[in-house]
Amino acid sequence: MTTTMNEPATRQAAALPRLLPPAPEDLRRHLARYGPAPYRGRAGLLIGDIEAAGLTGRGGAAFPVYRKLAIVAQARGRKVVVANGAESEPASRKDELLLRAAPNLVLDGLQLAAEATGATEAHLYTHYGATPEILRALAERAAAGLDPVSVTITQAPPRFLAGQESALVNHLGGGPARPTFQPPRVTERGLRGAPTLVQNVETLAHIALIARYGPRWFRAAGTSAEPGSMLATVYSPDGKCRVVETEIGTPLKNLLSSGPETRAWLVGGYHGAWLALPQAFALDALTLDNATLRKYGAAVGAGVLAALPSDRCGLAEAARVVSYLAAESAGQCGPCLNGLPRIAAALAELAGPRPRRQVRADVERWAGLVEGRGACNHPDGTVRFVRSALTVLAPELSWHQKGQCSATNRRPFLPLPDGIPTSEDDWT
Amino acid sequence: MAQTKGTLETLKVNPIDCTGHGVCAELLPELISLDEWGYPIVDPRPVPPQLDREARRAVAACPVLALKLMRR
Repeated sequence: MTTTMNEPATRQAAALPRLLPPAPEDLRRHLARYGPAPYRGRAGLLIGDIEAAGLTGRGGAAFPVYRKLAIVAQARGRKVVVANGAESEPASRKDELLLRAAPNLVLDGLQLAAEATGATEAHLYTHYGATPEILRALAERAAAGLDPVSVTITQAPPRFLAGQESALVNHLGGGPARPTFQPPRVTERGLRGAPTLVQNVETLAHIALIARYGPRWFRAAGTSAEPGSMLATVYSPDGKCRVVETEIGTPLKNLLSSGPETRAWLVGGYHGAWLALPQAFALDALTLDNATLRKYGAAVGAGVLAALPSDRCGLAEAARVVSYLAAESAGQCGPCLNGLPRIAAALAELAGPRPRRQVRADVERWAGLVEGRGACNHPDGTVRFVRSALTVLAPELSWHQKGQCSATNRRPFLPLPDGIPTSEDDWT
Repeated sequence: MAQTKGTLETLKVNPIDCTGHGVCAELLPELISLDEWGYPIVDPRPVPPQLDREARRAVAACPVLALKLMRR
């Protein structure tokens, strides 16, 4: 990397974007830009580079990628790799865009992961199934003889939990896309019993780049604890949505507006947390990385960021989202099945005029009862969203207790799949 | 911590299998209570040796085999 004389002495910003080309790329352009996937010749060899790069999963859980690779690589017998593009967050658009713009990067990553783990079966799992872009990429790659392992495409059902690892494995195995109780983890016992590596499609694209350019290159972006770049889906107060590639550790104010048109931030999507806008002097310190966000009870998640406009009611937004999340419970675990609808109903009451006094305490008690008691993290993620909403939106809550609401615009802001009822109509 | 029989097992509920029958809380109230919907809340600490027998009985009595003793 070169620096000019005018550059300050700090580390030069890494060249971004890494993942998103200016326009969708077919195989010819992909090969011209990156060259062929650099296979290592046998299983295991790539894993050290992934470990040195410090890559974490970009599907939401931020789990160290090398550890999942290593567990599957060490297993014997038939093994499976899955590219997971079923972004469960209804507000997330990044995986869809990546698969459209750079499908070959994802498919390179899937093949490299198959080689690294010794898998002989590969799947691509998305909500859209076989799109023209994917089919074309797979056909071009097959014609060029690029893919050692053939890829099966499966469409995910339109449910929030369909992308959860064990739900995905169930669905690929012919069952309903519902989570199972773990252990065993899918890395130990996954699709039809085979050790299964499930990685988010963005994670696989990063693997394809680390395999080519190495861990040092990867670490030129991001923080030392959380290296690299990430894709984020960003909603601005005017309702516009964009997908950006940004360094991990970027100040949130560079991505989200913090002016008077903004009421609060939502970080990490619908299993994420609401954040109050920091004071001006503290804006630089609030950065998009888990080490920082953890202090605020938040997490990067799958990179959904939203700036709620100041003309909307945050409680009404939170109530809409939580009623969706309650409806998306798989209904398998008693506490989630019983608790989430009650929490949703309570939030709807808090979002209306003059909620009864005990409702706030009811929410807190039910939140405590569902937390940590599900087979998957749906109750925990929902509780994080709910608790942060009630903390950050406390000023709005006092308006509502007086029978008032500070919002002047009743149109829903946060995106939800069609057919989700709003709690706005009953405001009097 | 001196534990005569060093099993150090903890009780775990498979929340998918559990139907809230409640027999576990009846047999082992020292470690298991029921929430307001009838589902068990299990003490996360290791089962103390003096309750080992009762814990095994509760595990065996669960009609859907949702309660398990697991080594940490």
